[in-house]
Amino acid sequence: MATTRTFRIWRGDARGGGFEQFEIQVDEGMVVLDVLHRIQAQQANDLALRWNCKAGKCGSCSMEINGKPKLACMTRMNSFAESETITVQPLKTFPVMKDLVTDVSWNYAQNKRIPKFQPRPRDPDGAYRMYQEDVDRVQEFRKCIECYLCQDVCHVLRDRHGREQNTFVGPRFLIRLASLEMHPLDTADRIPAVRDEFGSGMCNITKCCTEVCPEHIHITDNGIIPLKERVVDRFYDPIAMLMRKIFG
Amino acid sequence: MAPHPSAIGGHAQGFGATERKDGWWVEPIVTVVVFLAFVVYTTWAALQGTHYHWGPYLSPFYSPLLFAAPGDAAGLHHSWFGAWPSWWPSFVPASPAVLILIFPGSFRFTCYYYRKAYYRAFTGSPPGCAVGPLAGRRPYRGETFLLLFQNLHRYTMPFAVLLVFILSYDAVVSYWWDGRVGVGVGSIVLTLNAILIGAYTFGCHSFRHLIGGRTDCMSCGKATLKYGAWKRASWFNERHMEFAWLSLVWVMVADLYVRLLSMGVITDLNTWGR
Repeated sequence: MATTRTFRIWRGDARGGGFEQFEIQVDEGMVVLDVLHRIQAQQANDLALRWNCKAGKCGSCSMEINGKPKLACMTRMNSFAESETITVQPLKTFPVMKDLVTDVSWNYAQNKRIPKFQPRPRDPDGAYRMYQEDVDRVQEFRKCIECYLCQDVCHVLRDRHGREQNTFVGPRFLIRLASLEMHPLDTADRIPAVRDEFGSGMCNITKCCTEVCPEHIHITDNGIIPLKERVVDRFYDPIAMLMRKIFG
Repeated sequence: MAPHPSAIGGHAQGFGATERKDGWWVEPIVTVVVFLAFVVYTTWAALQGTHYHWGPYLSPFYSPLLFAAPGDAAGLHHSWFGAWPSWWPSFVPASPAVLILIFPGSFRFTCYYYRKAYYRAFTGSPPGCAVGPLAGRRPYRGETFLLLFQNLHRYTMPFAVLLVFILSYDAVVSYWWDGRVGVGVGSIVLTLNAILIGAYTFGCHSFRHLIGGRTDCMSCGKATLKYGAWKRASWFNERHMEFAWLSLVWVMVADLYVRLLSMGVITDLNTWGR
């Protein structure tokens, strides 16, 4: 059944802006992205928003809906009370370009900093062999759609100047580092860089990245903490360090 | 309360500032209340040095009972090394629990799950996801400076694993009194305590790393012990938060149950008829 809902959308650019309110008809089965498109078509033709697949797989329509980082295409309207005003804002962590569109290029720069996959030599028959059990855990990380909701919600990037100061690469790229570092064929050693360049110690494991991940990747438990443990092996565990000295 | 200033994007700035409309503040408040209740009760119970055993039951706060508390002849039955040492300095409380609690205490304090809980609830860093942090303007160093000690969590873990076996032993002997096998409510309380603490301990992130997670090729195509252990630890690890809370509350319940029995406030329902 169609109902009229109230939307409060932030409109503006890097110079400033404010919230605008819209009353809009919402039909059964709609998601927030559908409603934003209807507002764009009927009331605000210049409303800027980024979207692509409408299926939760491209990671384009990331925004903050009622204060929570979410994909607009996966946020169903029936998850809100009918009387509720729905507030929509751009991601806080990245610079606003226009309305709900932010400049996420900082993430692409971080990705380029990560040492690439370096496979071991092929087996004598020319094949690479690995076992499903051993790649299961890195395959979880490959589900990432790069929506950057985890980057947005991470307080180190969001509120602690971790992005501006480049002290922390963020959960998305710690996951990428974990996917390479735990890969059974990979030979590169990224652990010193994980600590010194990518700032694993800046993460205080408050798990917000895991809470907002639309792909339900266990970012903290399966990615960041195992990386932190590998950093401990290398730099903070005196017994492990002594054993390496003795046994190589 | 004065409104928080708004930045580009309309995001409010300042401690607790957010556009979230759900009850994000419930979790940190519950954490503060339960943690403080636990710390206050545990400290009080540990300093008592009395009423920590009854019949075959021994309070988990006092286990392993290395020395029975001064003047506690009945406690010698549970004690590993007999009576309280005469050389014990007089200014340190003469309670068996003070010898023990530092080990599980440090294990829990440096635990990855509890870190999440108290960073959110006590240091507001951040108090909730997408909620303004406390002291947001101060330089933030994460776990790189004063908190580097958190990296020694793995050294607290072996003691915690040992304690699981000791508490399991306590649970087993709680079914044995005066040469007769039986069961009481206390036996069940202590058994549940050992199970919950075991489930929490074997889901530890450091444990999971050290038994297998640190290698990239855990199975290499074979059903290795390492891979099997890692898989099982991963099951517990997925439920680490739940077991952390359950075991925290239950260990308090177990101590309270034994204490109230010992004080004569309640009676134990058991097959020994005592």
